Amino acid sequence: MKKSSANKRRPAKTRRSDFYILRLYIAGHTPNSIAAIDNLKKICEDKLRGKYRLEVVDLLVKPQLAKGDQIIAIPTLVRRLPPPVKKIIGNLSKTESVIVGLDLQPAR
Amino acid sequence: MPGARSKVVRSSLAKAPTGIQGLDEVTGGGLPKGRVTLVCGSAGCGKSLFAMEFLVHGAVRYGEPGVCMDFEETEEKLRANVASLGFDLRDLSKRKKLLVDFVAVERNQIAESGEYNLEGLFIRLAHAVKAVKAKRVVLDSIEALFSGLSDSTILRAELRRMFHWLEEHKLTAVVTGEAGEHTLTRHGLEEYIADCVISLDHRVTEQISTRRLRIVKYRVTSHGTDEYPFLIDREGISVVPITSLELAHKASTERVSTGIPALDEMMEGKGFFRGSSVLVSGSSGTGKSSLAASFTKAACVRGETCLYFAFEESPSQILRNMRSVGIDLEPWVKKGVLHFHAMRPTSIGLEAHLAIVHKLIEKFRPKVVVIDPITNLVSASGGSSIKSMLMRLVDFLKVQQITSLFTNLTFSGDPQERAAAAVSSLMDTWIVLRDSKPNGRPRRELYVLKSRGMAHSRDPRELIVSERGMELGKVLRDHTLGTPVAGPGGVKVPE
Repeated sequence: MKKSSANKRRPAKTRRSDFYILRLYIAGHTPNSIAAIDNLKKICEDKLRGKYRLEVVDLLVKPQLAKGDQIIAIPTLVRRLPPPVKKIIGNLSKTESVIVGLDLQPAR
Repeated sequence: MPGARSKVVRSSLAKAPTGIQGLDEVTGGGLPKGRVTLVCGSAGCGKSLFAMEFLVHGAVRYGEPGVCMDFEETEEKLRANVASLGFDLRDLSKRKKLLVDFVAVERNQIAESGEYNLEGLFIRLAHAVKAVKAKRVVLDSIEALFSGLSDSTILRAELRRMFHWLEEHKLTAVVTGEAGEHTLTRHGLEEYIADCVISLDHRVTEQISTRRLRIVKYRVTSHGTDEYPFLIDREGISVVPITSLELAHKASTERVSTGIPALDEMMEGKGFFRGSSVLVSGSSGTGKSSLAASFTKAACVRGETCLYFAFEESPSQILRNMRSVGIDLEPWVKKGVLHFHAMRPTSIGLEAHLAIVHKLIEKFRPKVVVIDPITNLVSASGGSSIKSMLMRLVDFLKVQQITSLFTNLTFSGDPQERAAAAVSSLMDTWIVLRDSKPNGRPRRELYVLKSRGMAHSRDPRELIVSERGMELGKVLRDHTLGTPVAGPGGVKVPE
């Protein structure tokens, strides 16, 4: 009970869940995929510290998982939570695009 | 198909049969095996159906399971296409004959950051191919990738890599692409496909719909650059495999009765040559259909399957009219020896009518074909392509040793041969019927204008049509037909 009333008092933008579940699809540890992993880790540590879980799915090991998230490009980053699902393709070198694409809120 | 004509040079390229009626004939066996074929055309031209037929027949008839990567997100359409071919997609998937991966390319919703490739697509394709041990692949349609991914340089490079991958894995593939305005496909995919490009066209002019298939490119195989008309009906696609005239058919010496003893007499006592083409022309009411019916009946009596294509009257009208002149065809229809097919003027073009003629010939394998009349086909304002298709049909019938009879309506006052000029040269026998009124008494006249390969009688005879049937009367000395004059335009009958 107390929690919900506490929620009402907080400003709107932080009311929603700010825990991110991210899944990065790669196809083997190619230089580009390794770059994506590194870039992503950096962004997460910077913007989402403590509020994220990152999963790396190697489609060479588990090809059957490509269908579910409709993966065609590699690497593809999928933001599974919070909804809605968002996707970014590429090695994530353009940090700004990633932040905008994932709709990351600045960590406070 | 015995005696099928196709201009195929002996090539070392192995072929994968498509099972699409007519197409395997015109391609000399099917699509290039282990290579990529591009099928392009505008929306609604039939390319997805083409691709599915290729896959379904591959799996069900030729023991080659297949994979379809469907980019259009039209699962219902795909199911419907497969169902139209008589199969259940779910059942085929269960039996590991066909696997479909619906690839959703979220249009312009995918953000891009940095370099990427399409390895994900490759992995899905490889996974599907492995799952059913596929030998055939369909990518339908590639255009969807272009609208979903903004970097076309990467996309093009990956497509080239994909086509390469397919060939390396010895998969026979069909890739569909949308027609472009200035290029064959919107994104110029034809540049990446070396081996075979087929274009499908669907045109609607003045409410008449026409479908044509064109083999744009077929490496190594010598192919006719002609367009082939095709149909899409309940059973899928049927291509009319009429190729260029080769005039290489064998000439039979066997004779068949015309159905009118006196007419047989005029033709060395024996009648037409088997496998020959007969044209019966005349103005309205001169007895053309009756002559066609007599001939048909004689064939039925011999036990030969006949196909009668009625372009103007309904079969029941014809049956009734023929009964009144003593020719009862109904028992033969009942016995399944005689098949009528009414060609109703509909919104399908004349090419489609020809395609139907072809299809039914394939189905019934007749020994005799009657087309009554061919007037529309001959005088079509649709251009010389119709006439050319008709000519090739006549040639096809001869190759199949099918004796064919065509009636043609001419108008009194017209030089007899003008309306039939385009086809008369292909006709072995030409019988002209006329009405005249010498001394005020109306009578019908019959004249065998030409009949190749035999010493036929040149005397015009009176044609008597009664409820007893058709008979020829005496030779006419006061006929008005004149003597035939051989000229550059063919044989002319002066008025």
